[in-house]
Amino acid sequence: MSITTKDATAGTARRAPDGRGLRERLGGPAVFCAVAVLALVAAPLLLEPFRLNLLAKYLVYAIVALGIGLAWGQGGMLTLGQGVFFGLGGYSMGMHLKLTEAQGGLPDFMVWSGVEELPALWVPFADPVFALATAVLAPVALAALLGTLIFRQRVRGAYFAILTQALAAAFAILLVGRQGLTGGTNGLTNFFELFGHDLASDSTQRGLYLVVAVVLGLLYLGARHLVNSRFGRLLVAVRDGEDRVRFLGYDPATVKTVTFAISAGMAGLAGALFVPVVGIISPALLGVVPSLELVVAVAVGGRYALAGAVLGAVVMGYAQTAFSERFADGWLYLQGALFILVMTLAPRGIAGLLSRRRA
Amino acid sequence: MEAFLNQLPIGLSIGAVLLLIALGLTITFGQMGVINMAHGEFIMAGAYTAYLMQDWAGRQAVIVALPAAFLVAGLMGLILERAAIRRFYGRPLDTLLLTWGVSLVLQQLARDLFGAPNVQVAAPEWLQGGIGALPYNRLFIMALAIGSVAAVWAYLNRTAQGRRMQAVTQNRDLAATSGVDTGRVDMHTFFIGSGLAGVAGVALTLIGPVGPALGTYYIVDAFLVVVAGGLGRLGGAVIAAVVLGLLNSFAEFWTDASLAKVIVFAVIVVFLQFRPQGLFVIRSRALS
Repeated sequence: MSITTKDATAGTARRAPDGRGLRERLGGPAVFCAVAVLALVAAPLLLEPFRLNLLAKYLVYAIVALGIGLAWGQGGMLTLGQGVFFGLGGYSMGMHLKLTEAQGGLPDFMVWSGVEELPALWVPFADPVFALATAVLAPVALAALLGTLIFRQRVRGAYFAILTQALAAAFAILLVGRQGLTGGTNGLTNFFELFGHDLASDSTQRGLYLVVAVVLGLLYLGARHLVNSRFGRLLVAVRDGEDRVRFLGYDPATVKTVTFAISAGMAGLAGALFVPVVGIISPALLGVVPSLELVVAVAVGGRYALAGAVLGAVVMGYAQTAFSERFADGWLYLQGALFILVMTLAPRGIAGLLSRRRA
Repeated sequence: MEAFLNQLPIGLSIGAVLLLIALGLTITFGQMGVINMAHGEFIMAGAYTAYLMQDWAGRQAVIVALPAAFLVAGLMGLILERAAIRRFYGRPLDTLLLTWGVSLVLQQLARDLFGAPNVQVAAPEWLQGGIGALPYNRLFIMALAIGSVAAVWAYLNRTAQGRRMQAVTQNRDLAATSGVDTGRVDMHTFFIGSGLAGVAGVALTLIGPVGPALGTYYIVDAFLVVVAGGLGRLGGAVIAAVVLGLLNSFAEFWTDASLAKVIVFAVIVVFLQFRPQGLFVIRSRALS
């Protein structure tokens, strides 16, 4: 059976714009190379260390956004719990950094909260390979489990969104409550070195920036490849007409679970990168609100194009810094107003506006 | 054993609060498929209405505020529906993001109008004290929840407008072709659903301080009640709210507050394995 027939069948119902034309323009090889040169060569040369570090943070968020773009934009799964996966990655990395600093002793916050022996959960994280692997695999495993349970029962749409949001809320509360194990509200912070490199030095931060940029670039290429593959077509078909795909003999639950797990893995990796770049991981960075903020960033950038998701995360990150530097309270009004405007006037986001103008 | 029994009234009163909040949601979410994240801010608006009423109603503010908060929150909902949500029917997930933007603006507005620190609403004298482990204010909230459910039930089943609302919930297109003005019904629905949030807000002033973020503490749990109860089903919401309230308080009793939420979440995911669409489902032959 050819892919085109499936695509056409599913598309007749409600064909959501897939931004394919846009992807060719915004994400075409020439544009991609130009952006890559700008990000890898120009930015480290031109930006002062403080700004470069901020850019690294936006790019980390862009990795999460890329995952949301896959799950939501392509697969129609509105996941409001990416913060959980981001947090699992972040805490894995944070625990490793804390342990290297403690040099066999107890991390500082445990001493403060009266913990006397290193909890068993922490012990394996002294190994950097274990920590990095867990940062990605734990989110993948959790998402796969959750996806299997939820999608197999055909729980979808709003129910899925609400469930993931509840997960984010529960996870943040759990982290706050387990003070001795997780550092509570303060989270994990005061990191000094990463794999033997001084985190405060400009050269380490520049190196970190480059790592983040390269990881984002590779993941973007991978995600694009996935979207253009047979699997990607199937994913879009599931988004547009899940029942029809099922009648054709495919299993939408598997397609959705795999995609959800991939997006969770991306968020986990981003969390692991976030910790050395920003220097902290705490419940406030991964609860309901941060999870939603990233989804909105994807909506602003343009959910149907992967490049739009990345763009949205960078633009919203920059806007937040720029506006809250000037007028702190105004940002919330602006942010709220922006969502309302984007959702009502431009549901396809910046990417949608760009492609419409050029078309 | 006594500590164990003490959890029962606590659980029931958590359930009553959840029910009051979820009642409005089950109407708007159930009928219109709108995930209204601003519902929490309508709760907050109701609570601040009670706060403002204190100026001339003194300690009886809570009672006077019940109808006033219903109107205030209801009107806010009506405006939201007419101005924005109306354009979003058929895109339920987008309403979630839209209304979240609205909720951010409303929270900041509350901060600018009333200040960031929490304020208190004094409860009437006759609500002080209680029977055993059950304070009067908790009993009052339970009574309020029962009364609200009864009122909504009567509205849905005994008035023409309510029956039209049910018709739209069950099959919007068929209702429209049968001559029901679905736009009008939507307005009524949103007014009532949001108004109930205002009532819930007044109730919350009895058990805690009022702040700009008041609604955010309850909104996620209230949505879970709707999911577990089944879309738009009154009976489902009642049972789900009481069960979740009890589950919350007993899970806290056996473990601690931070694990309780995780347990509740796990129980709901397991529950959905058996009843993917919640306790009560409107049967239909529609595909999705």
